[in-house]
Amino acid sequence: MDQLLQHLVNGLVLGGTYALLGIGLTLIFGLMNVVNFAHGEFYTLGAYVAFAGIALAGLNFNLAILAAIVVGAALGWLCEVTLLRPLRNESIDTTMLVMIGVWIAMQNGELLVWGGVAKSIPHPYPTAPLVMGPVAIAPLRIIVLVLAVGLIASSWLLIHQTKLGRAMRATFQDRDTAALMGVSIGRVHAATFAFGSALASAAGALLGPVFLAYPSMGDLASLKAFSVVILGGLGNLTGATVGGLLLGIAEELGAGYISSGYRDAVGFVIIILVLLLRPSGLFARQERIG
Amino acid sequence: MRALGRGLLAAALVTLPLWLADPYYLHVAIMAGIFGVLALSLNLLLGYAGQLSLGHAAFFGIGAYTSALLTLKCLWSFWPALAAAIALAAAAGWLIGRLALKLRGAYFVLVTISFAGVISLVSVNWIELTNGPLGLPGVPAPDLGPWSLRTKPAYYYLVLSGVALSYAVCRRLVRSRIGRAFVALRENEPLAESIGVDVTHYLVLAAVVSAAMAGLGGSLYAHYTRFVSPEVFLFTYTVTMVIMVIAGGKGTLAGPLVGAVLFTVLPEALRAAASWQWQMLAYGLLLVLLVFFLPRGIVPQIVASFSGHPRSAPGSRAPLR
Amino acid sequence: MTLSVSDLAVSFGGVTALDGVSFAVRPGSITSVIGPNGAGKTTAFNAITGYLRPTGGRITYDGAALSGLRPSAIARRGIVRTFQRTSIFPSLSVADNVLTGLHLRSTAGFFDVLAGRRRLTAEESSLAADADGIIAFVGLGHRHDEIASALPYGEQRLVELALALAARPRVLLLDEPGAGMTGVEKTVVSELIRKVREQGVTILLVEHDMRMVMGISDTVIVLNHGRVIAEGTPGEIQAHPDVIRAYLGAQHGPA
Repeated sequence: MDQLLQHLVNGLVLGGTYALLGIGLTLIFGLMNVVNFAHGEFYTLGAYVAFAGIALAGLNFNLAILAAIVVGAALGWLCEVTLLRPLRNESIDTTMLVMIGVWIAMQNGELLVWGGVAKSIPHPYPTAPLVMGPVAIAPLRIIVLVLAVGLIASSWLLIHQTKLGRAMRATFQDRDTAALMGVSIGRVHAATFAFGSALASAAGALLGPVFLAYPSMGDLASLKAFSVVILGGLGNLTGATVGGLLLGIAEELGAGYISSGYRDAVGFVIIILVLLLRPSGLFARQERIG
Repeated sequence: MRALGRGLLAAALVTLPLWLADPYYLHVAIMAGIFGVLALSLNLLLGYAGQLSLGHAAFFGIGAYTSALLTLKCLWSFWPALAAAIALAAAAGWLIGRLALKLRGAYFVLVTISFAGVISLVSVNWIELTNGPLGLPGVPAPDLGPWSLRTKPAYYYLVLSGVALSYAVCRRLVRSRIGRAFVALRENEPLAESIGVDVTHYLVLAAVVSAAMAGLGGSLYAHYTRFVSPEVFLFTYTVTMVIMVIAGGKGTLAGPLVGAVLFTVLPEALRAAASWQWQMLAYGLLLVLLVFFLPRGIVPQIVASFSGHPRSAPGSRAPLR
Repeated sequence: MTLSVSDLAVSFGGVTALDGVSFAVRPGSITSVIGPNGAGKTTAFNAITGYLRPTGGRITYDGAALSGLRPSAIARRGIVRTFQRTSIFPSLSVADNVLTGLHLRSTAGFFDVLAGRRRLTAEESSLAADADGIIAFVGLGHRHDEIASALPYGEQRLVELALALAARPRVLLLDEPGAGMTGVEKTVVSELIRKVREQGVTILLVEHDMRMVMGISDTVIVLNHGRVIAEGTPGEIQAHPDVIRAYLGAQHGPA
């Protein structure tokens, strides 16, 4: 029982960042109809920006995370404008191939810049865990969870309370109608991709210090993001949030009670099972636009 | 003219060990052949049936492990082990085909990636069977009757036969009603159904044949490098296959082979000039450039420029589906 | 050899598209289904050909139930359809389109193909001859080797018709074959439909062009709001008060 609580808390911390990854991917997927296989690379990017900011430039922790968000957004915007915009009317397979190319190029670019050795990202928080009853948790993990929740909340506000968010929702519902109503689809797509990439980058900057930064870290991140999206349903913000938390907890439980070697299999198995049994996701709505 | 060209090409391939005796060149030729089999296999699913598998390394790896384990642990000889490798990979293909039947596009891709991920994790973690990350060294070289195929020229001929066999299978399938049914699914699935093409049957068939061929490639690889480790499941292999097929020309018979030779020889030639990371970086960029500038691949481009009138439909940049 | 639909019901998430539709298509006839937009014509087609699972009712052909079969199995029984929006194999030539459409006329299985038996060669050449015959029949002989999606719209619809004929239909369901065509092209299509019927193929037609419908149909069925409101010869239908009301109602909004 005590162990269970510990697993749940650890799972929540992981799940918060998975939710960030998932929200970004589900928006890009649902709104732009782009299968972004490079999503995990923006996660890697965030981790390395945090590393560069803290270890090399001497920024403080929060500023480094902010820097990761800004760099992620900028690169995401660039990616949309140069690569995806010209292909907007192409099939989903065409853009998928392009994003696979971006994935490979970015990952090996990181490898060339930073080398294959994993880097540990310094952070200012004490390493001694806080003990609360049966649960022990590193202060850094609490900070990560708090920041992740904050970012998720800001995403919600952006989608539901701003003009851009309204344009995004309209585009998601029906691109042609939105365009007729005066929404600039180009701008919405660029903003969506930048926003999604920024969230992935933030997730990398948050989890990087908890684990390590290494060039292929994005592969697993992509996989997790896809599991979350599939769990939550395409383009479903609530689904991605809940799905992220569920995946984090499921992984911790799997690693704790089955075998730590198969931790990452949880995501794979979720993808296979959900796609086979309930392809529209666990939280599917009737009016899903696919 | 075409027959002459083909005859010359066949003669050149058969006599290759005579005029390219350097073992290093033969090594490159053998690897090109193994990748040729893999590219042909992926092309059947991607180029003809229109389903992108990003888990193809799983079938390759299953073939390699099956063959290695049977020869090492059960002391089978190469040929039955090869047959078992093909059969087990085909069975995995059947499973994926059945499972992913209702899924298309991105969802199919994700299921194949996940399948490869699970298999790869099993190969790392099931240490009693696979020896885990350390892999299985000492996979025996094949024999053919009294002769050992240990030497590079002998292995070259084994691989060449594998390529020829795979090519023949693809060619016969593609030029039959079965190949036309694959293409019908790729081009317009509802229409294919309306003219009586059984989607289940043909998608599963495409997956099975494709996986079996990848299993053949895996077995050939295992007995050539004589070592199998979880690295056979590396995503790099899948990416290499995808690049070979897309660059050579998906949905053509020669395209995957041209792609396989090109992307085995080119990296070797560039090895002195650029590290592996640079090459992979270049692969990524190349894939992007191909989609933009040569969406149909090298072979269709050449065919189009020779035949004078482009056999391309307006607006069909990449007729993937 | 009668295609009959009894009490067919289809609803999408609470919206009723078909509400107890019954009719029978007399063998060898040209039967048209007409009705205002949203009356359920295409829905009925989709249900008959297995693209949509009906919520109720029964569809039989020659006494055997079609309900629950997959589209390919229904095509195998000789019930072949075309689509409202042009549906071809876009990147194949006209000849390859029709050759692909001949799927049901050939039998070679996986191992026949791998073994490359002699029978296979014979089958392939007879298929090619069949394809040429069908292409000539719809009048696309001059387009034989051209890529289907590069043809003008009207000719693409002919490719579609050729594809359906290749599947050797006993009942051919045509979903708005004249849509978007010029008057001349419509005449050509009407003539083709008549010729197909002369070969013993039963035709079930959904069409908006009343001149075409009244010109070629033996029987006309009128759907409105998911129900059959009238059935009869073109003359009877044109004089039917409910039909006139339905069409006027549809044009002028609900009264």
